[in-house]
Amino acid sequence: MQDLGGAFGEAFRLIGAFDGDLVEIVLLSLRVSLSAVALAALVGLPLGAAVAVARFPGRMASIAAMNAFMGLPPVVAGLAVYLLLSRAGPLGDFGLLYTPEAMVIAQAVLVTPIVAALARQTIEDLHGDYDEQLRALGIGRTGAVATLLWEARLSLVTVLLAGFGRAIAEVGAVIIVGGNINHVTRVMTTAIALETSKGALNLALGLGIVLLAIVLAINALAGLLRHSVAESAHA
Amino acid sequence: MSRLLPSLAAALALTAGAAAGDDSFIVLQSTTSTRNSGLFDRILPMFAEASGIEVRVVAVGTGQAIRNAANGDGDVLLVHARDAEEAFVAEGYGVERFDLMYNDFVILGPSADPAGVAGMADAPAALAAIARAGARFASRGDDSGTHRKERDLWRMAGVDPVASSGAWYLETGSGMGATLNTAAGLDAYVLSDRATWIVFGNRGDLALHVEGDDDLFNQYGVILVDPERFGHVKAAEGQAFIDWLLSDAGQAAIAGHRIAGRQLFFPNAK
Repeated sequence: MQDLGGAFGEAFRLIGAFDGDLVEIVLLSLRVSLSAVALAALVGLPLGAAVAVARFPGRMASIAAMNAFMGLPPVVAGLAVYLLLSRAGPLGDFGLLYTPEAMVIAQAVLVTPIVAALARQTIEDLHGDYDEQLRALGIGRTGAVATLLWEARLSLVTVLLAGFGRAIAEVGAVIIVGGNINHVTRVMTTAIALETSKGALNLALGLGIVLLAIVLAINALAGLLRHSVAESAHA
Repeated sequence: MSRLLPSLAAALALTAGAAAGDDSFIVLQSTTSTRNSGLFDRILPMFAEASGIEVRVVAVGTGQAIRNAANGDGDVLLVHARDAEEAFVAEGYGVERFDLMYNDFVILGPSADPAGVAGMADAPAALAAIARAGARFASRGDDSGTHRKERDLWRMAGVDPVASSGAWYLETGSGMGATLNTAAGLDAYVLSDRATWIVFGNRGDLALHVEGDDDLFNQYGVILVDPERFGHVKAAEGQAFIDWLLSDAGQAAIAGHRIAGRQLFFPNAK
């Protein structure tokens, strides 16, 4: 019988068994998505902050573009990265297709606009409050970007969590560029897609519940981190 | 941020060992039916033990597998669409095509059988009956080997189902399993390879209605991607895999793959 109760049973069985394959899949999922978020943070946070602070022609258009790319379909990101990394593509000589690195790149493409767009909004709101002070202290644009990123760090944790949520949950990009190869590029979402295609719906949903539990744990950790940072700031 | 980045870095370092493997591997472009049936889980460890070569399987529809291989994204191609495979070799993407194994397609449908096809021995006639009854039919619609076979059967039946697409003819554009899930959910008829059907876990009300027609024969072939065209193709390892598949040991391994006592693939290398 395929039902929700069965799926929860399956989820507890999976966790209880602490199966080696499952651990491998979970670790790879975390490794890929956390790496993608780290890359997206390196690019997206300074980019978002710079657009928030700077005034240049076409600024509104670039903000609109950043916001629009938050809606980039994962399968489109996956296809674009596939065409780049395929042996027939411009970066084919690196042999990256069907590796975890290719999956990191595809998810970074997905997550960077989210991080940049949300960081831009966060920093822009903050900039309004700090603008006069920054001017009075004679801090230039570059310094302002760094200061505002630092001051906004608590909100930016949430921005990164939003990006992580997108990365860990998507299947369309990683299944194209990773190939869902057992023990090499199989992650939680592609494993769920595979079990669904076998009609093993309980197992698929069980894996989904495990994935949700992991995402919940990561969010809780980030919450604790935020809390301790806020505490030390007030101390 | 200053505290988040180190913790991110720590998490990455923790998991970095997960995908470290050795370099002796090949990429096999293949189909979902061979993977979902568990065939590769059985035979690839045997080959790895005999040769020390790991085979990494990318399982997609036959059409996509052939396109991926034609981009050079694979060392060996193992699919089931003879005409397309021969074209792949003729166009200079593959070295040579070998017959590997076969099984057959079956026509499934709701147990109530509204088109009355149960027990028919003529597959095109069964499809014609389904069309006449206007009974739902779930098609892969994805240019896979199974979809190509289905289109051949409609042609033989003298029916153009695409004209009724969205009415009783439903093109899922998805893999075999997803299409079986759709058929089970909508009480639709569906063409499936037998291996996927035997191992499928969400049958719902679906039952096997038509089998045994010669037109339902399903031949699998294997091809080495041409190393002269793509310099990175691991020709020696890929050829070793093909040689093993076609050898007595490989053929016996394929014949020995059973689910619930039933053989899923029948080796027929020459």
